[in-house]
Amino acid sequence: MIWRQVRTASVALFLFTILTGLIYPVLVTGIAQLVFPHQANGSLLEKDGKILGSGLIGQPFSQPKYFWSRLSATPNVPYNASSSSGSNYGPLNPALLEAVAQRIKALKQADPQNEGPIPVDLVTASGSGLDPHISVLAALYQVPRVARIRNLSEDQVRQVVGECTEGRQLGFLGEPRVNVLKLNLALDDIGRSEGR
Amino acid sequence: MTANGLLQLAFFLGAIILLTKPLGAYMARVYQGERTFMDPVVGWLERLIYRLSGVNPAEEMDWKANAASMLLFNFLGLIVVYALERVQQLLPLNPVGLGAVASDTSFNTAVSFASNTNWQAYGGETTMSYLTQMAGLTVQNFVSAASGMAVLTLFIRGLARHSAETLGNFWVDMTRSVLYILLPLSIVLSLVLVSQGVVQTFSPSVSVPLLEQTTDASGANVTQQVIAVGPAASQIAIKQLGTNGGGFFNVNSAHPFENPTPLTDVLEMLSILLIAAALCYTFGKMVGDTRQGWSVLAAMMIVLLVFTCWAYEAESNGNPKFPSPAVDQTTTSLNPGGNMEGKEVRFGIVNSAAWAVATTAASNGSVNAMHDSFTPMGGLVTLVMMQLGEVIFGGVGSGLYGMLVFVIVAVFVAGLLVGRTPEYLGHKIEAYEMKMASILILIMPLTVLGLTALGVILDAGKAGIANPGPHGFTEVLYAFTSQGNNNGSAFGGIGANTPFYNLTGSIAMLISRYWLVVPTLALAGSVVKKKLVPVSEGTLPTHTPLFVFWLIAVVLIVGALNFLPALALGPIAEHFMMVH
Repeated sequence: MIWRQVRTASVALFLFTILTGLIYPVLVTGIAQLVFPHQANGSLLEKDGKILGSGLIGQPFSQPKYFWSRLSATPNVPYNASSSSGSNYGPLNPALLEAVAQRIKALKQADPQNEGPIPVDLVTASGSGLDPHISVLAALYQVPRVARIRNLSEDQVRQVVGECTEGRQLGFLGEPRVNVLKLNLALDDIGRSEGR
Repeated sequence: MTANGLLQLAFFLGAIILLTKPLGAYMARVYQGERTFMDPVVGWLERLIYRLSGVNPAEEMDWKANAASMLLFNFLGLIVVYALERVQQLLPLNPVGLGAVASDTSFNTAVSFASNTNWQAYGGETTMSYLTQMAGLTVQNFVSAASGMAVLTLFIRGLARHSAETLGNFWVDMTRSVLYILLPLSIVLSLVLVSQGVVQTFSPSVSVPLLEQTTDASGANVTQQVIAVGPAASQIAIKQLGTNGGGFFNVNSAHPFENPTPLTDVLEMLSILLIAAALCYTFGKMVGDTRQGWSVLAAMMIVLLVFTCWAYEAESNGNPKFPSPAVDQTTTSLNPGGNMEGKEVRFGIVNSAAWAVATTAASNGSVNAMHDSFTPMGGLVTLVMMQLGEVIFGGVGSGLYGMLVFVIVAVFVAGLLVGRTPEYLGHKIEAYEMKMASILILIMPLTVLGLTALGVILDAGKAGIANPGPHGFTEVLYAFTSQGNNNGSAFGGIGANTPFYNLTGSIAMLISRYWLVVPTLALAGSVVKKKLVPVSEGTLPTHTPLFVFWLIAVVLIVGALNFLPALALGPIAEHFMMVH
């Protein structure tokens, strides 16, 4: 009796390994690569055959001419996309409050004239450390700085922000948000076409 | 709370209620061996599996033989996962060239995935080869979930039958769970996820240029971003549907490649609760009275709803320690506001809070935000959801059999109050059943609180704590609560990849899954033999609103009394420190 059960268990495990461990992922990969090759390979942004980044993975920015992304707590380097991580700071951790204070200072230094309150997502680290988005308010907060440095009107920059804003999906799911990498790439494009 | 936030919650919970009946009725047909529309697709495969593995699908077994089959099958799975991790460097499908996984981490991970916990002491993208993820972890995602569903089906038959000996055949129920339920749903879900941006490829990582170069910790210039990819969608689909929760990437469903859009978020969240909810209907159908299933689901739903609103409110209120008015934490249509540390902008507060409650209510354990950075009350809600014993939805299968044990306890206590012999679904509830139920309810708090005490006494335990103050205690409590209930989520700051935590955690996971399966099946094996007691005036009806609230009270009182002192030392103390 027991040996029959051992045989059943071993053979069943072997068969399910083949079925769910190999055939299933290979089948899904095959269909995905055929039907959704762009998404299945990381939603890479391409222009003139050159890869510019991933539309889903954020990048770090610190120059005042760029919109800044959220803080990232990934190890070794911010927005380390081979090692995702949040800060895991508890709400009372002095290290968290210090990180927030530093960030406020950096934002104020980059734009001393701006005395408005800073949207909270701009002073906190995302869960993944790779958040490609900031809130619409966090983008609007940075508009005056970016416009001034790029010699563009605030309306012009606000228009680009609008173009890079993703609304709530199906009208009500999630939060409205701005893709920072796409926004900065779009701004650089304006710079290039005007410089020409 | 905002109107839009409440609308999203209503949509999410409404979708579960709408899908419960069709999926539940389908699963009842599957477990009763009736014809379904999937027969032409997988019927031949089912027969092939039985033939090769020597299973006679018509042969039924008693509770002991079924328990032995389940334990044996899971034990073998555990060994295979362990072996795969230890030799992955010698095997194919390892494009990044990851080395062998350390022995304590390997053991913890093997136990974790075999027991449907999916506690992850490691970071997926930096530890496990594609082969280990697929042939080890994904397989266990399927078969551990199917094992839970099979045990539930055996348990339900115990309640449905009278004057019988056998409960069914574990191998048949397990095989049918995979072929007819988990596999088809996973294929559909994984393709929908890919269409939204979840990666699914066997290529190694991709390198992309950084628009603005940066410097790393050592001060060196960094101009490239190396992005980990992999066959993620196929694993994510089953990790959600099977209440496994083990992510492909370190941050789980907070990673944009695991959960790229609000639509994937709601679908993944739905998948966490879907099968567990529908099984309530399956249960009602199989015992011949669907009202019995709806009343159990109603109790689960009410608890879920109340705790979701609580966590949502707590997280919306943000962090009073942030400088004000320099930081704007108010929620508007342009600003998610609230406590955004550890959360993603695309999900905002409402979807992060709802996910956290769903994933801890069900013993899923995947996360889309870092629970460690939640407000004290938000974190408390996630702890309580697990400490109720994973019976509010719970794991697929295991949640409902846990809840049915609570139903039996509720019936028993009510019977004591009025001096009647308690009965449930025509079975007399007697001393043996109550002994088994008591064991089932007492083992978990003993394990969790015992190991937590050990963790905060020993240096090896204290070394893993990442946050100062009461929050550090909560990290340890959370780790053992999660593993001791086969949940798998974590207060991620804790340095749990050490021999101490890997070993104690493995013990907690083994006890909570396998020790509990035996008395559960023993209970079923006892009630199945009982003669049918006809419904009389003295029978407590178990489908009324009154009983639903009675059941909720029993679940909450047992859970709250066990853990209130520990919670007072952790999140409650921290809450008062935060508001003062």
